[in-house]
Amino acid sequence: MKLVKSAALAAAMGFAAMGASAETVKIAFIDPLSGPFGPTGDAGFKQFKHAAAEVNAAGGMNGMELEIVPFDNKVSPKESLVQLQKAIDRGIRFIAQGNGSSVASAIIDAVNKHNKRNPGDEILFLNYAAVDPAFTNDKCSFWHFRFDSHVDMKMSAATDWIADRDEIEKVYVIGQDYSFGKAVADAAVGQLAEKRPDIDIVGNELHPLGRVKDFTPYIQKIISSDADAVITGNWGADMVLLVKAAIDSGLEAPILTYYGGSLGAATAMGEAAVGQVRQISEFVENYPTTDAQIARIEDFEETYPENDYYFHRVYNAVHFLDRAAEKAGSNDPVGIAFALEGMTHDGPYGKVTMRAEDHQVLQDLFVSTFSADVERDVEDTGLGWTASDADRIEASATAPPTTCEMDRPSR
Amino acid sequence: METIVFSLLNGVIYGLLLFMLSSGLTLIFSMMGVLNFAHASFYMLGAYFAYSIMGVTNFWIALIFAPVLVGLVGAAVEKWGLRKVHANGHVAELLFTFGLAYLIDEVVKILWGRNAVDYRVPEVLDFPLFELFGAQYPAYRVFILLVSVAMLAALWFILNRTRAGLIIQAALTHPHMVGHLGHNVPRIFMTVFGVGCALAGLAGVIGGNYLVTDPAMAVQMGPIVFVVVVVGGLGSLTGAFLAAMLLGLMQTFAVGIDASFADMFGWLGLSATSEVGSITIASLAPMIPFLMLVLILMIRPRGLMGDREL
Repeated sequence: MKLVKSAALAAAMGFAAMGASAETVKIAFIDPLSGPFGPTGDAGFKQFKHAAAEVNAAGGMNGMELEIVPFDNKVSPKESLVQLQKAIDRGIRFIAQGNGSSVASAIIDAVNKHNKRNPGDEILFLNYAAVDPAFTNDKCSFWHFRFDSHVDMKMSAATDWIADRDEIEKVYVIGQDYSFGKAVADAAVGQLAEKRPDIDIVGNELHPLGRVKDFTPYIQKIISSDADAVITGNWGADMVLLVKAAIDSGLEAPILTYYGGSLGAATAMGEAAVGQVRQISEFVENYPTTDAQIARIEDFEETYPENDYYFHRVYNAVHFLDRAAEKAGSNDPVGIAFALEGMTHDGPYGKVTMRAEDHQVLQDLFVSTFSADVERDVEDTGLGWTASDADRIEASATAPPTTCEMDRPSR
Repeated sequence: METIVFSLLNGVIYGLLLFMLSSGLTLIFSMMGVLNFAHASFYMLGAYFAYSIMGVTNFWIALIFAPVLVGLVGAAVEKWGLRKVHANGHVAELLFTFGLAYLIDEVVKILWGRNAVDYRVPEVLDFPLFELFGAQYPAYRVFILLVSVAMLAALWFILNRTRAGLIIQAALTHPHMVGHLGHNVPRIFMTVFGVGCALAGLAGVIGGNYLVTDPAMAVQMGPIVFVVVVVGGLGSLTGAFLAAMLLGLMQTFAVGIDASFADMFGWLGLSATSEVGSITIASLAPMIPFLMLVLILMIRPRGLMGDREL
């Protein structure tokens, strides 16, 4: 009896949701919202909500309100597919995800399959942080748009930085043991061999994702290898714990990170990491920018005092979506996908382009430094990230050719 | 050489921390038959309490009061929660502690937020104690070592040399007999549960800033603590100690070893480029506790030092 009741309730709720979707456009945000990577996913969710609020304040997406619906996937590809199905069942046509290339890979496959089987009911995948190069190369899909620079692009910024420094002769690469970590390691080894063949890769280590609690043994291995620089793609808790152990053990080599700005990392690093830890990203909080952008950062940090503005690319994704919908004249994913191709935007940190051939965003990157001399700090530490024009890498310099051969639907 | 020295030091410290966490669990488990799923949550509470106490006073006061506070919470949970549920059997108790773990998790998230808190090593101890082979060794790690050894000695003394310890030991194996002799067994249970939680709390106080204090710390530590208890053997503190040290050392040594399967089994014709040959020993480190668990249950189900079948 109870079962029947709850089934009826669920059905009623389903109808209610469908009714509501007439006035709102929903984006399903599928990312970890609990567990070791929960804080990272939660930070992304807040930025999506903030970006959506901007769009809504400006009249919404073709007059319809934009809503972000959270789904917790626990960084598990399997769980993500369950959540994706839930989202599809609720009539959601736009999917946003970023944490974990393993997850993104599963979602791309599922979206491709869904769109093939359900013509007229297509869904679109906005990837804001999963950076395995394959997604916009061999595995590229018409239904996938990446708003973050992928591993090879970020690595070309890092290796340029290393190549300019003759005193660096030994490099240690450490990362998480899954597709993304492996892509980082391959990119580092490959690009360094090209740009600085004299450099010795003294270590190339993968550790399990999210399960190491004390990185000291790894750090001691790095120290005894006499590395002059460390490259890591770690994010979330793995980033925080790695730098914490590095600082505690007195590792002096510069650490080039993809996600040194991970939530909690600044707190763990403290004063000791000033000048030592660097981050390759599309956003630097203390880089001179427009007043409008500063107002946006301040508004975000006021709305969510626990978080710092970090995922600038989320705004690119949401505003690109909004503009594409306007250009297409409807909120239909197929039209929007075509409109997104080749779209450009003069952003507060340079020009952003969505490359049509592979749906990879092209944007300027920065090699920022963790500093004590900053106007806007992170995590109330008095420390923060800063970069100058010399640390800026033009979008064109980071854009590798693509091997993508995309199957496009007929219009 | 340096790998061995460092792995030894780090392994012993990690092992001692694990023992501190699991000693309470093994006492509770063997005496009350309760598999306390919430045990690692008390470890987390210890870290958070210490962080809050440290915010208004200093680390030393936190070091004393945070475990006491956790112990009191534990005793309260036993008195007003577990004791009521006890009447309904072990499954109810199990479910109770399971729910409690989630409850503590959520409460911690509400009170302290979802992110890691800035629980730092006290400044007095925040310096490199000595330098070995070019790497600094933080003084705080040696402090952890000292606290753990002191706790170990105190626990041994209480259990083996005092009257209270005698009664606890008796209650471990023959609770009914102890009750018939006129001792207040429920109170003993409550005390043991409280002290066990306090020990977990102490591990949280000194481990929270050594590792990271965030709402995920209980979930991450939980399974490993169970491995220690099962591998060590039910009701055996010595066993828990051995298992904890073994785990700590094996895990850190595995990370430190720079070898792959191909290096070890090359004589069998395994090449470094093959799928199996390219697996490194270091990448197996996190699997070791669970491998040990499975092997022990297969070969010696009562654990290293246990005298009872699981």
